[in-house]
Amino acid sequence: MTADPPGAAPIAEPASADAAAPRRLRIRAEHIRDYGVLVAFAVLFIALSLGSAPFLSSSNLLNILYENAPLGIIACAVTLVVVAGNFDLSLGAQFALTEVCAVEIAIHWGVGFGLVTPLVVGAGCGLVNGLLRTKLRVNSFLATLATSFVYVGAATAISGGLLLSESSNTFLALGRDSVGSVQYSVIVFVALAALLQFVLARTVFGRFCYAVGGNRDAARLSGIRVDRIVIATFVIAGVAAGIAGLIEASTTGSGNSNDGTTLALQAIAAVAIGGTSIFGGVGSVWRTVVGVLFLALITNGMDLLSVNSNLQPIVTGVVIVAAVAISSLATAEGA
Amino acid sequence: MPGSEAGGGTDVRHPAHIRLAGIVKSYGGKRALDDVALEITAGTVHALVGANGAGKSTLGKIIAGAIRPDAGEMYLDGQPVRWADPHDARRHGIALIAQELALVPHLSVMQNVFLGIEPRRIGLVARQRLARQYGELVERWGFKLDRDAPVGQLRLADQQMVEILRAVATGARAIVMDEPTSSLTHVEIETLRTMVHDLRRGGTTIVYVSHFLDDVVELADTISVLRDGRLVHTVPAAEETEASLVRAMFGATVEAQRAETPVRAPGAVVLEVRGLRRGRVLRDVSLSIREGEIVGLAGLVGSGRSELARAIFGADHAEAGTISVDGVERRVQSPRDAIRAGIAFVPESRKHDGLFMELSLGPNTTIAHVRSIASKIGVVKRGAERAHARRLITEHSIAAPSPAAKLSTLSGGNQQKVLFAKWLFRRPRVLLLDEPTRGVDVNARAAIHRLINDLAGEGVAILLISSEIEEVLALAHRVLVIAAGAITHEFAADPPLADVMEAAFGVDAPEAIGA
Repeated sequence: MTADPPGAAPIAEPASADAAAPRRLRIRAEHIRDYGVLVAFAVLFIALSLGSAPFLSSSNLLNILYENAPLGIIACAVTLVVVAGNFDLSLGAQFALTEVCAVEIAIHWGVGFGLVTPLVVGAGCGLVNGLLRTKLRVNSFLATLATSFVYVGAATAISGGLLLSESSNTFLALGRDSVGSVQYSVIVFVALAALLQFVLARTVFGRFCYAVGGNRDAARLSGIRVDRIVIATFVIAGVAAGIAGLIEASTTGSGNSNDGTTLALQAIAAVAIGGTSIFGGVGSVWRTVVGVLFLALITNGMDLLSVNSNLQPIVTGVVIVAAVAISSLATAEGA
Repeated sequence: MPGSEAGGGTDVRHPAHIRLAGIVKSYGGKRALDDVALEITAGTVHALVGANGAGKSTLGKIIAGAIRPDAGEMYLDGQPVRWADPHDARRHGIALIAQELALVPHLSVMQNVFLGIEPRRIGLVARQRLARQYGELVERWGFKLDRDAPVGQLRLADQQMVEILRAVATGARAIVMDEPTSSLTHVEIETLRTMVHDLRRGGTTIVYVSHFLDDVVELADTISVLRDGRLVHTVPAAEETEASLVRAMFGATVEAQRAETPVRAPGAVVLEVRGLRRGRVLRDVSLSIREGEIVGLAGLVGSGRSELARAIFGADHAEAGTISVDGVERRVQSPRDAIRAGIAFVPESRKHDGLFMELSLGPNTTIAHVRSIASKIGVVKRGAERAHARRLITEHSIAAPSPAAKLSTLSGGNQQKVLFAKWLFRRPRVLLLDEPTRGVDVNARAAIHRLINDLAGEGVAILLISSEIEEVLALAHRVLVIAAGAITHEFAADPPLADVMEAAFGVDAPEAIGA
């Protein structure tokens, strides 16, 4: 995609090698926007490998994935919502609600129901968001801000504000067991990220997401059922929040309605850092994965380098601003 | 090389208002401008003409600081200048009226004109002084506008007027206008021409970028022709005709093509619309189009001409009426229904309603029929998509490096061809065209006219809406006139221009247009 036009190099060689060389090396603004996050990620990765001996161990790296699986799952799914031109701020609340539901249902109805319920509840929450956006035409930012209160409230009401716990081995398997040294939850994260990447990049549905987010009117005039696409993205995000909530419940063996308060914002930060446009129409899931890992590396690196944990959020915030500013400056320059 | 050009013509006592030398600009290895030298005399209208992609817009934007050249010098009143950005140019008295107007739609005309330069008193806007200044400005330039109307509600031509007022209010001595007439109707163009004359009389220099040759011949004092990024020549407008300009723009090989109406026996009725109603916009509209027939629809903006096409396509809700295709009544409540019924629609605004600027060319051409190049479970077959896009690129001679080229990098004419290509992936039975050649150059226009004729030859029923009556008359087998939401006249092929104009624009309009 970024390669020079074929034929440029052979022509340059005999006559004017000096004229062609700088052009080939020149980094254009669009490259910074498109691949800057990869470079930043690589730099951070190498720096941490050199700066901290335990960093590069497989147990540390797996641990990073393990700790970030719920965030990663939600972030990958919200990418679809963002590409289709919307926001979902309620995913943290959905995470808490599905977590509480998983434990509550597992206690009263049995573990099997406990494992399925979060997905259904998440899908339902997503459907409500989608309907608010499409049928009542409420701005997605406000709609999901409002529903996040409702979902957290529901979680608190169900749990009665208490920490629910369920400790059967079957229930804890998803969060705690592993294949070899790779936890199930890491496998779920990786598989889901791959699946969503494929869906967005290669399927008709994914194509429609870009179209709807890029130009809603043109999408409608191209025969796309815009509302359905938008609702579907919210439902997918809800199911993903359910999976993440289930993983959390299974990991801790408990359901806490206070969990996940910053999750939705972290997920959107990861999406933006990856370079997906928050205005819709441009972006991809792999970018979000890089964004999630980038955030994770910062935290992990600061832990390993023993940075005062009270200062860590400040560093994280500054890094987010820097990453987004660089890509937005590059975009302005490129346009 | 640049020096020799500059040395010859410069009068030392009266340096050109704006002088360019050796201007070079490349995009991704392609030269958009190559060693261009230009002198623009103060107080004249200097036109930059050329085909799509010739570099005329780029040059205009360089003069106004919206684009920075890779190399070359620029002089303002003999002093070397280098713009950091458009604001820098504006501070030095050069304003740009871009194709995309930069106004705040919710603010009033007056507020927009003085945006950022409001007279202030202790930090607050001095309202009375503002009103007085506005009054003076309007009086001086003779523009008539409702100063309190929100700009978003004005016609395009009036919005341009606001931009021009804004430019002169900021003290612009030179105004670069980039394709100012491309979205205007005949009557509006006349208003704009008057504005340009008034500005020149007031001593303002106008750099007029356009590919509408009649505009240029009519308005300009001097014309510079660009071709493939190079300056062909700069000559006094009096020495040019439309024909000589076309030769200069395209080289000697290409003559302006005129579309010919194919002679074809009318087939069966393909599209039948009965009693279509939508509020006060469409009042019981009925029409039919036969196989291979091109029906022209003439009318003013707001007459219901675009609204009719949108309602047939299901883009706007119709309260009553039936739509039949090939004798079968179809329920059309959404564009999706219309597409399934074999109806296609090329909308008026390719940017707002037609294309996806952030996507590449391939997906843009397949989006309406993407399921037909996807597997059963909905995975798009990339190979098929690329092959399809390549075929369309060749078939419609779209100038694009590859199907992966982002749409926003293509020129207007090529984007318009992509918009057509999108609907020709599957041959539609009915093709609704709303301003199919808006904002494209002479060559692209001829290509699109040929395409429309070819499609009719294949039996597609075509509804052609255009604000250019000449275009309607050149292509249509039958002309309908729409006014206030109802079809008022019908003409057989080749009706006299004056009759159609009178029917469409009322009695007064032809005189204004003829002036």
